[in-house]
Amino acid sequence: MKIKVRLFATLREGRGKEQMMEFTDTATPQAIFDRLDIPSADVAILLINGFDGKFDQPLKDGDTVSIFPPVGGG
Amino acid sequence: MEKRYIRNENMLSREENLSLHEKKALVVGCGGLGGHLIEQLARLGIGHITAIDGDVFEESNLNRQLLSNVENIGQSKALVAKDHIARVNPEVKVTAIHGILDETNAEEIIRGHDVICDALDNMTTRLLLQKFAEKLNIPMVYGAIAGWYGQVTTIFPGDNILGSIYQGASNKGIEQEMGNPSFTPALVASIEVSEVVKILTGKGQLLRNRFLMINTLDQEYEVFDI
Repeated sequence: MKIKVRLFATLREGRGKEQMMEFTDTATPQAIFDRLDIPSADVAILLINGFDGKFDQPLKDGDTVSIFPPVGGG
Repeated sequence: MEKRYIRNENMLSREENLSLHEKKALVVGCGGLGGHLIEQLARLGIGHITAIDGDVFEESNLNRQLLSNVENIGQSKALVAKDHIARVNPEVKVTAIHGILDETNAEEIIRGHDVICDALDNMTTRLLLQKFAEKLNIPMVYGAIAGWYGQVTTIFPGDNILGSIYQGASNKGIEQEMGNPSFTPALVASIEVSEVVKILTGKGQLLRNRFLMINTLDQEYEVFDI
């Protein structure tokens, strides 16, 4: 299955803005983090097709996963 | 000063402008975001602003915090805000609280306001603010910054956006490594104030259940429906 992965803010550094990622069997956001070497602690907001997602949520072919780091300053 | 608000009167009616004088806004944090929020709310003529911050100005604030200057280093940010607004718009009543919002005082501080502006620098207190805003039935505008990046959303009682969307990863964010420049606080605060005006006047479309992600490095501005 193919998953579109969109990265935001500093997560783009060394990884780019957007990529299609191919998984043979099952896929979860956590598997994407692992493949892109993104520590879970660096993920503050995770959207799957625009909706709030879980790290272990099974993904479907064609899903778009958007990953945001924490932004907390004021 | 009859002409003070004349430049507002083509986008807000006279009645809408006058209605702002009766409104009460709470600004939690008087640093990067808070300084710009307080300044803009006062120039709009929001009648009463409560400004809370437990910090004093430091030299490292001078790069971005509007209310800081070389003469007020070491002074209470909240009290400086009050003095500053007295010179900008003496028609606005500012209540300055030199202290930190916590579980013990949040309800007392928040009660009675028409709108809350988040200018905090940590998620723990933001979640506390959202909890008490909900309890007291007051809308809140969330804003956060980190380096080139910013976020804004508007939260009405019951929306619980921060609780549902944040993965609880950390209390602080990438601003710890990136710092904050002069322009991101001004940009995010300005968008927050536009939300405040719309909440108070009922105009336009709010960022309610929508999350604005700002990236000034790539100049990308994206609104996510959530």
